[in-house]
Amino acid sequence: MTLELHDVSKQVASVTHIKPTTLSLKAGHFNVLLGETGAGKTSLIKMMAGLDPIASGQISINGTDVTKLSPQQRNVSLVHQFFVNYPHMTVFENIASPLKVAGMAKSEIADRVHDAAKILQLVPMLDRRPHELSGGQQQRTALARAIAKESSAVFLDEPLANLDYKLREELREQLPELFAGRGAVVVYATSEPEEALLLSGHTALMNDGRVTQFGPTAEIYRNPANLDSARVFSDPPINTATVTKTGKTVRIGEGVKWTLSGEPAGLADGDYIVGVRPIHVHPAGKAGKTRVALPGTVQVTELSGSDSSAHFRFGDESWVSLASGVHSFDIGEVHTFYLDTSNCFYFTQDGVLAAKGAG
Amino acid sequence: MTKRHIIPIVYIIFLLLPIYWLIAMSFKTTGEILSGFSLFPQTWTFDNYRTIFTDPTWYGGYINSIIYVSINSVISVAVALPAAYAFSRYRFLGDKQLFFWLLTNRMAPAAVFALPFFQLYSAVGLFDTHLAVALAHCLFNIPLAVWILEGFMGGVPKELDETAYVDGYSFPRFFVTIFLPTVKAGVGVTAFFCFMFSWVELLLAKTLTAIAAKPIAATMTKTASSAGYELGLLAAAGTLTIIPGAIVIYFVRNYIARGFALGRV
Repeated sequence: MTLELHDVSKQVASVTHIKPTTLSLKAGHFNVLLGETGAGKTSLIKMMAGLDPIASGQISINGTDVTKLSPQQRNVSLVHQFFVNYPHMTVFENIASPLKVAGMAKSEIADRVHDAAKILQLVPMLDRRPHELSGGQQQRTALARAIAKESSAVFLDEPLANLDYKLREELREQLPELFAGRGAVVVYATSEPEEALLLSGHTALMNDGRVTQFGPTAEIYRNPANLDSARVFSDPPINTATVTKTGKTVRIGEGVKWTLSGEPAGLADGDYIVGVRPIHVHPAGKAGKTRVALPGTVQVTELSGSDSSAHFRFGDESWVSLASGVHSFDIGEVHTFYLDTSNCFYFTQDGVLAAKGAG
Repeated sequence: MTKRHIIPIVYIIFLLLPIYWLIAMSFKTTGEILSGFSLFPQTWTFDNYRTIFTDPTWYGGYINSIIYVSINSVISVAVALPAAYAFSRYRFLGDKQLFFWLLTNRMAPAAVFALPFFQLYSAVGLFDTHLAVALAHCLFNIPLAVWILEGFMGGVPKELDETAYVDGYSFPRFFVTIFLPTVKAGVGVTAFFCFMFSWVELLLAKTLTAIAAKPIAATMTKTASSAGYELGLLAAAGTLTIIPGAIVIYFVRNYIARGFALGRV
């Protein structure tokens, strides 16, 4: 099954919310929409589901034009970030509701509901009402409703964002197998780059109402086509700085320079924007062929789990370093960080990727 | 009993005293009421109640009141439901102004409208019908109902509507089978407030009726008979007017506070 968007855009009172977007989403793997809050993920989902009108373009499911069809006619499912269930119905009735509306026979409804409930471990809760369930169970009920319907497209709008950490991990592991072999196009919106990587499949990076890049998740993580994509697909945000290339040497600010080899060496001389993910700015080590010392003034440090990150200033820019293990920094000290020049992206001033890699 | 109990107890006695006095009076004879001060009825009598339940001019008043109050509650809630849904779900030009204007309808004294209603209803032949009073009370109750319901509906996330549409519910089916049950507490509270305001409103009800639809409150103002005021009878009638409200309030007791806050949390 496929879900295709062709030059789809959205306007609200002459303000463009979604710029013309063309995407071809396929079944068999997750299609992740990755972007910050306000990037347009939910808008795009609502347009695909038929809840919001589109200003231009065409949407088709399995080759059938559904642009003018209402959400009721599109045969799609939607799971929201907030646990949305019908509060006065039991879990069973909730899962059964789309089937009942479609006029399915009672016995078949019961079969499908029990199948979905079994997969999502809801069998003991079938007679309860949503408010008697935990958040995780409520969201599983919403997922069961989406599965039982066996629709041609399933939209998951940040379904795990409101769950606590443990439950989120647990449910995220289950998600791919939940939809495997069902033939539905699964669209999953998230604001966490890590989630996109864990779910793999394909990812569409979104920024300011525009899809900046679309492709297999791992591939676009390795090869951001532009600065916007690199920014979206990095958490903490990617470090950027203006560098000047002369010959094979790149200079960044005062006194820090490195020698290029391979692809970047062939770039024309001039100013570029270098992008380095925080995991490639090391808080310890020693300078070497692909490691350039970067003296930074430490401003903020954070420990999250077994990772430590440090925000520091170098030149006019704010930089972030992220490393596993516990590293301690003193606020205000000048600490030497090491930039991994073999993992740098060089963008033109317009933000298009010019070259990457080898330092 | 500790010191901190004294003030609440005094306060409750203060509140209940007039009601107690009304009930006590209803079991006294008019003679006893006029003869002086007595805390309890010296001679218990049920004659006052017997008169009310046997005399059609008395019990008819209750029936009339209940009829127009019920019609009014049904109309108000039925009209306010779609209006409140629109205000809670859609943005349109002047929506906030219109919404506020609704509430200003409640700010005019009923007396202002008594004359135009009287003239209008006389002209179209609605005078002295239950519908006349019910419609007149809509002027005050529909805005109130819209405000209360909008508050309750605003608490229901729009995502519920979207989920239902995607699940295949048509709008009417969604509204009746999903949305209404979700806001049923709000509907109950709204109906209660409409009932209460219509039940206690006297001026319009009295102006727009003569005999056929005369409300109980109007009946009560016309009991100065040749034998003077029948105070015991009036007290019994008053006691009975409290009962319907008490019954209705029981069903929505948990939501009343939200109703007074116009449904807003």
